[in-house]
Amino acid sequence: MPEAQSPAVLEAGEADRLRRHYRRRHVLARIGVYTAAVVAALLSAGPFLWSAITASKLNADLYDPENNPFIYNSPPTLDHIAYLFTSTNFPTFAWNSLWVGALVVAITLVLGLPAAYSIARIDRPWSGPMGIAIFFVYLIPPSLLFLSLSRLVVQLGLQDSTWSLVLIYPTITLPVSTWLLIGFLKALPKDIEEQAMVDGYSRIGAFVRTVVPLLLPGIVAVVVFAFTLTASEFIYALAFISPTAEKVVSTGVPTELIRGDVFFWQSLQAANIAVAVPIALVFNLFLARLIAGFTMGAVKG
Amino acid sequence: MAEHTAATTQAEIAAARRSLADRDGFLAWLFLAPAVVYVVALVAVPFFVAIAFAFSDVTSGDASYDWAGLSNFRQIFGDPVFWRSLGNTFVFTLVSMLLIVVLGKVLANILVADFRGKWIVRFLVLLPWTTPVALSSVAWLWLLDSIYSPIDWVLRAVGLLEGNTYWLGKPGLAMLSVIAVHVWRLVPLAAVIMMVGLLSIPKDVEEAAKVDGAGFWRRMFEVTIPLTLPLVAVAALFGAIFTFTDMAVVYILTRGGPTNSTQVLASWSYIRGIGGGDIGQGAAIALFLFPLLLAAAILILRAVRRTETL
Repeated sequence: MPEAQSPAVLEAGEADRLRRHYRRRHVLARIGVYTAAVVAALLSAGPFLWSAITASKLNADLYDPENNPFIYNSPPTLDHIAYLFTSTNFPTFAWNSLWVGALVVAITLVLGLPAAYSIARIDRPWSGPMGIAIFFVYLIPPSLLFLSLSRLVVQLGLQDSTWSLVLIYPTITLPVSTWLLIGFLKALPKDIEEQAMVDGYSRIGAFVRTVVPLLLPGIVAVVVFAFTLTASEFIYALAFISPTAEKVVSTGVPTELIRGDVFFWQSLQAANIAVAVPIALVFNLFLARLIAGFTMGAVKG
Repeated sequence: MAEHTAATTQAEIAAARRSLADRDGFLAWLFLAPAVVYVVALVAVPFFVAIAFAFSDVTSGDASYDWAGLSNFRQIFGDPVFWRSLGNTFVFTLVSMLLIVVLGKVLANILVADFRGKWIVRFLVLLPWTTPVALSSVAWLWLLDSIYSPIDWVLRAVGLLEGNTYWLGKPGLAMLSVIAVHVWRLVPLAAVIMMVGLLSIPKDVEEAAKVDGAGFWRRMFEVTIPLTLPLVAVAALFGAIFTFTDMAVVYILTRGGPTNSTQVLASWSYIRGIGGGDIGQGAAIALFLFPLLLAAAILILRAVRRTETL
């Protein structure tokens, strides 16, 4: 009997050892994941964290190469942030970016929603090629078009006016938004509007009353994405507009807060944070939805 | 009689169906037309006008169109800055694409892992991509400052450096800096695209491999990477296109300097076309972006097609 028992005892010991081994491995893996996450977050956001510190430093603290740049060597000050909002044109730039973005997003949806619906839902032989054509348009970059578009803007008399951006920015947002909306539409079951049409709605009626409400979360994601694109755009804004009062954030901050060799460093950093954080927060809220839109557009388109 | 009625109703139904289909066809165009008109007017036409500009003597002072043949091309080919920009564009694009893919893959793996505080990590990791590039470049301009650079301060503090590095003042270091900022900015985008791939792998495939005793690295190289390859390709090509056509980073960090060592096609085209007012030359320079973009677009499309078999 003892002979028979000993393997079982050994097995119990073995199991215990293995359990400990795996627990240790699990703990190590957890530590690894957390370390990697913290390192990734620091590498990505480091420049921003450090912008935030710099924005509230005194000149005497900032402009001393001996001072530790990561801590406050003198007490922090809000003067430079206040300066940004009261004595520079930053509020004007921010306001311009906001209303341009809002109008561009509206134009994008008015043009893009019906187009996406037409491609995704009304089966035509050209639906597939049209989807691909839209994708190609997205890949034509501003750096190829800015010269001819700047001539066009001059001819339309929109030069040096923020309105030129309202006209031109949908060229960037429309293709990618339509692509995303096609993805979201393909995820909705087709019988939704067929049911509504059986119930006596026209196709347009069915589209407005049943499809649009169901598509709303996707539309919101597209709004966020399109707005981010307009806020980041640089070449058109730089090429079309030179008066200070007409500039947007992405060109106004680097051109107006840097005068020749004079950099308003703390205010520049404050502007960076003031723009970066809200956009990233909103974007983060809709990240999962955007990912879904891209996969559906890619996999089923 | 009964047969006759059945036939007519059937014909009527067919006719009604046809008219509905016709209406659908009309509607499809009606819905599509505004977007198509807009894109043709403001993307397609300007694109061909840009090509036409490349063969003209249009300047910002004299906008009248005169055919100039190949003289713009002769001029840009005779200018060593153009060749420098072309070479730099390739170097920037290839090096950053490689780094973006490798780091993006690592970051994607981190972002799909389960841990507490995931939301804040995602927020911080996305910052470089969602922030307008002009503003984050300004933050980098300070990080790479010739006197107050904190990177230099750290290097001095650990005794690796005497004085200053002048990150943006020396050709090699300036290129390194520009590439670093591009990579930093685009890795989050690549990671998000690759996350899509990771999340689309069926759970049972991963679990089957686990049960069969495949470790983390083995699963990564023999299951995950082959299955997500198309999306890795998409991420790589998007990274390439955004680096290839971007001029904001170069324009803000170095203006192409020192001595044009970081000049790229996009920034050189801007400097000649808008800064110098020679629209014909600017357009001719920008034209060199096109063949590569087309190649990248076709490759992306093929990669996307392959995701259908996922």
